[in-house]
Amino acid sequence: MGIMNRARIKSPWLLHFDCGSCNGCDIEILAALTPFYDVERFGIVNMGNPKHADVLLVTGPANHRNQRVLSNLYEQMPEPRRVIVVGTCGCTGGVFHNCPNVLGGIDRVIPVDVYIPGCAARPEAIIDGVVLALESIGAHGK
Amino acid sequence: MNTGWLIGTALIAVIAAPLIGGWLKGIDRRLTARMQGRWGPPLLQPFYDVIKLFGKNPMVAGRTQTVFAYAFLGLTVTAVVFFALRQDLLMLLFILFFGSLCLPLGALSVKSPYSQLGGHRELLRFLAYEPILLLAAVPIALKVDGFSITAILEHGEPLLPGLWLTFIALLIALAMVMRKSPFDVSSSEHAHQELVGGVVTEYSGPYLALIELGHWYEMVLVLSVLGLFWAAGSLWWLSIIIALLGWLVILLVDNISARLTWSSMLRFAWGAGIGLIALNIVLIHLGWM
Repeated sequence: MGIMNRARIKSPWLLHFDCGSCNGCDIEILAALTPFYDVERFGIVNMGNPKHADVLLVTGPANHRNQRVLSNLYEQMPEPRRVIVVGTCGCTGGVFHNCPNVLGGIDRVIPVDVYIPGCAARPEAIIDGVVLALESIGAHGK
Repeated sequence: MNTGWLIGTALIAVIAAPLIGGWLKGIDRRLTARMQGRWGPPLLQPFYDVIKLFGKNPMVAGRTQTVFAYAFLGLTVTAVVFFALRQDLLMLLFILFFGSLCLPLGALSVKSPYSQLGGHRELLRFLAYEPILLLAAVPIALKVDGFSITAILEHGEPLLPGLWLTFIALLIALAMVMRKSPFDVSSSEHAHQELVGGVVTEYSGPYLALIELGHWYEMVLVLSVLGLFWAAGSLWWLSIIIALLGWLVILLVDNISARLTWSSMLRFAWGAGIGLIALNIVLIHLGWM
């Protein structure tokens, strides 16, 4: 494993985007950032800026209004990047799957690398998902 | 001093400064985490971050901003070389200022409102700390008869006992150089603050890494200037301890204070910083220090 891959795995910067989730998963994501779970141990930092981010964490289902914003954010992230969907709504549409305004899962709009199911997904599962995405960066090297 | 020796010294400074700066930044992040009841990242985390950033695909909002990223790093490195070669303190400070000015110029060259606002606040930060750094050279020059670093090192006794007021003023300036609370109005470097990065919002990947490297050089340089206060005489190694103690005080203040508005920052910097230096100059003239 080269030094670049090692650095990529050791330093994932997150961008968190809420596509219209009930805030359950968002609260779990923020819980992972509190001193109790302290993800900065693994170099994970919540950036709030797509141009600095390596990993896009999305919660909630895609709909006609937010798909433009979602793909815009995705395009602003420089490669290599990974997309992680947190929660059942983002994975498949969840309880909103047959609403007239909802497109379905996030993968209808942008390519998704890791799905983390759960309503709401637990912080441990979110950390596991980020690790899985990083392993895929390590395996592909890009 | 022959040419080979000069080139060697300059090379060592250019290689060692980012290593020391990145390592200090790692300790900074770990200490900050401990003060907040967290474990904190590994000590090598800043190096991982910068290496990763160099490996990202370049993405720019405008060609101009990349020029300013290179200029910031280049001019800051030049200032570090000036210090290593014991050149003129005033010249060094002006090169450092020119380098720092590249950041707001780069930020103002793109249209993003975050970047624009960050650039304007960065200019206000300069207005606060640059007079302190520049005026701090005056009492030093009064003590050692000249602005060159060689003169300071060849001065028989340490400067700190006579210039401790200037030293405190420089500590205030260092907190502003490092963009630490309560003087972090221009960066708001942590996520979900109002500027999401301020001047660096529109920089990404390798260009962000260049700026981060520049910050490490900048921090090491200002800490070295702090160290100059005990660099002369036989106990020169105390200068390292004094610089690190000053740095620790800034970390502590960063973790226990909230952000000042730009007007309060300016008032504090000009009142306390310039006031202390002016008092020091007066006391030197009266022969009391």
